[in-house]
Amino acid sequence: MDKEAAFEKFKSCAVEVLHVPEEKVVPSARFSEDLEADSLDVVEFVMALEESFGVSVDESELDGVETVEGAFDLVYSKL
Amino acid sequence: MRFRRRDDLVVGHFAMGVVNQSRVALVTGGSRGIGLGCARALAAQGHRVALTYRTNPPPEEGFLSIAADSADPESAEAVFGRIEEELGPVEILVANAGFTRDTLLARMSEQDWDTVLEANLSGSWRYAKRASRQMMRNRWGRIIFMSSVVALSGAAGQANYAASKAAMIGLGRSMARELASRQVTVNIVAPGAVDTELLAAAGEQRVAEIRKSIPLGRLASPEEIAAAVAFLASAEASYITGVVLGVDGGLGMGH
Repeated sequence: MDKEAAFEKFKSCAVEVLHVPEEKVVPSARFSEDLEADSLDVVEFVMALEESFGVSVDESELDGVETVEGAFDLVYSKL
Repeated sequence: MRFRRRDDLVVGHFAMGVVNQSRVALVTGGSRGIGLGCARALAAQGHRVALTYRTNPPPEEGFLSIAADSADPESAEAVFGRIEEELGPVEILVANAGFTRDTLLARMSEQDWDTVLEANLSGSWRYAKRASRQMMRNRWGRIIFMSSVVALSGAAGQANYAASKAAMIGLGRSMARELASRQVTVNIVAPGAVDTELLAAAGEQRVAEIRKSIPLGRLASPEEIAAAVAFLASAEASYITGVVLGVDGGLGMGH
């Protein structure tokens, strides 16, 4: 999957799980401040990404992931 | 603005009044005793009920009955997969499966300890964890752990069983905190002496002694425990979470 298509898929996951408008899901967006996601929201989002992309994300890999870009790169690196 | 997406739920709740819609329920260890009572009570409320059993299926039809050993780490995934396929996502979970292997501490083997903790505690944790996934997404869920009066009072000869049942309280209350923001409630029911095969196994003399110590002076029927579970699973119980509800004829008073 090319990077652009993968990001579109990532974005629709975010819209569905985090209940945010599409235009807010930009690479620099921070989960807690910009997307108003709490820790449980992030866990739900990661679970949805795992299902949608067929990848597995370990708990330790999430340390330091605070932005859309960080999360997307993590998932994309596993494809 | 954290309330934005919950406004709808709250407004809907008050606009419609409390409505008990038909939900998908799972009762583990539901083929006899308290579990069967819970399955029947939930079905009587109009829910679609699945249950698991280890050896013998329930005596009647009307449930989605699945053979599964809750001590098997793989079982939860298989059971939930089947229920989701046939009934939909589980919305009410009664983590009830459990058994005793009573013996005095001095005689208690590693195996006596491990098998009881694995089935009663780890099994419940696995099923609750699996159930919470869909409940979180649906922004609605009811999880009820079946503990016991001995969780808080202790019982000679039941160190393993009492430990497993006490741990369910810490597990349940931690889950109650984690899942509260998703409108998923988690409560613990602590039955006293209930007229079941599990209690009969303690022996006639012991049962007579227990009966004497119960303020209400008699054993509970499984239906009396099930009534409390059905209430906690209902729409009316929406503001109750993290509670340990003793249903014990007064046996646990003071704990």
